[in-house]
Amino acid sequence: MRGAAATEKRGMRELGAEKLVGWDEVTHGVVINSFEGDAANIASLTSEERIYSDFNSYTATVASWRVVKPVYNRDICIDCQNCWVWCPDTSIISRDKQMLGIDYDHCKGCGVCVEVCPTNPKSLLMFIEAEENDSALSQWPEKKKKEKE
Amino acid sequence: MAITSVKNLKEFSTSNERFEGAHLLCPGCAHSMIVRELMNCTDDNLVIATNTGCLEVSTAVYPYTSWDTSWIHIGFENAATAASGAEAMYKARKRKGTLKDPDASVKFVAFGGDGSTYDIGFQWLSGAVERGHDFTYICLDNENYANTGGQRSSSTPIGATTSTAQAGRVSYGKKEKKKDMVAIMAAHGAPYVAQLAPNKWKIMAQGFQKALETKGPCFINTVSACTTEWKFDPKDTIHLTDLATDSLMFPVYEIINGHELNILYRPKTIVPVEEYLNAQGRYKHLFKPENKHVIEEIKKGITETWEMLQRREEARV
Repeated sequence: MRGAAATEKRGMRELGAEKLVGWDEVTHGVVINSFEGDAANIASLTSEERIYSDFNSYTATVASWRVVKPVYNRDICIDCQNCWVWCPDTSIISRDKQMLGIDYDHCKGCGVCVEVCPTNPKSLLMFIEAEENDSALSQWPEKKKKEKE
Repeated sequence: MAITSVKNLKEFSTSNERFEGAHLLCPGCAHSMIVRELMNCTDDNLVIATNTGCLEVSTAVYPYTSWDTSWIHIGFENAATAASGAEAMYKARKRKGTLKDPDASVKFVAFGGDGSTYDIGFQWLSGAVERGHDFTYICLDNENYANTGGQRSSSTPIGATTSTAQAGRVSYGKKEKKKDMVAIMAAHGAPYVAQLAPNKWKIMAQGFQKALETKGPCFINTVSACTTEWKFDPKDTIHLTDLATDSLMFPVYEIINGHELNILYRPKTIVPVEEYLNAQGRYKHLFKPENKHVIEEIKKGITETWEMLQRREEARV
């Protein structure tokens, strides 16, 4: 499975694959820590700089939900960040005002990013999950001309 | 990088995410867009309480949590109570000097769905606002109990079919009008009350910032399109919210100190409400000839509300 392979590579676990503590063993008012150690200034750290604990859903994946996936074309992108602001799954990776790509561990393939992309042709398009990204990029459509009346 | 300005989207995108992926909300759910935006528009430490609802059950599936801030899992009705309790405790400890970091800026936020805000948690929310705690309550209004199978709530608009108010041979869906929660909260005298929509990201982020900065209880009603119960394609979430705000089904406005009303977004061309209704499965039956009068009633309601808002804006009452 594509999702599982990606998960293994990043040291992540598939949802449900871990050994769980039963409800009877969980004490009332249990606290789950999102981070290892001190988490005082988390708003000033990017996700690469943070030390996530095993309980943070960042370490999990929902890649297996996807039937179609968005593919990103760097050459057309104008870094408008529309996809970033409206992605419901925190799956658009943006650093220093630049769009870097898609987090395929957390993307569910809803297609909102493709709909809000303003470029012509779109710099994000949906392809079926089995399509390789390189082959998807080679099939990118040409610029659509405005039809004159 | 620290983020305080939301003037342009490129600046805004340098904010560090504090709401993680791999939560189990439906693909295309607007809940997470709203929550992400709230957490991205501020650098303050947040203490968040969440009513039971889609957001709560999908972001804290044992053993995982999607929240990178302090987050309290609480009952169906009492996120407002939990947030106000935490705020009272924080103030008391600050006074006694027992805080670890007394200079840190801490904000208290409560999230609730429309079921837990309009119906079940109404009394708790009303109490917390009356007591005047310094917190912000954000209602994610998807107009039904989406978590339990789409039952009717008092936020469901007239004519919508839900699992407990079904359209069919006898009925055209819900027969009652939607409760005007924003006006009710403004009547409490809350310093900042607003209705915002995720498609207008800048207005929404500025509204959130205003609410977080304002001392005292603030209430924000946000439109959250529900792909599952409104029955539309997940990719159309933003398009549908556009239709909602442009057809004035959800006017975007704020009320300051209970009387200063400002309309924050005026559509250039008002979209006919049929377009908004036709885009969703839950209003399909309204286009049958015998249900035409319901559409007329919806239109009448929209015109009345819009006129009322404009008059209130002018008169400042």
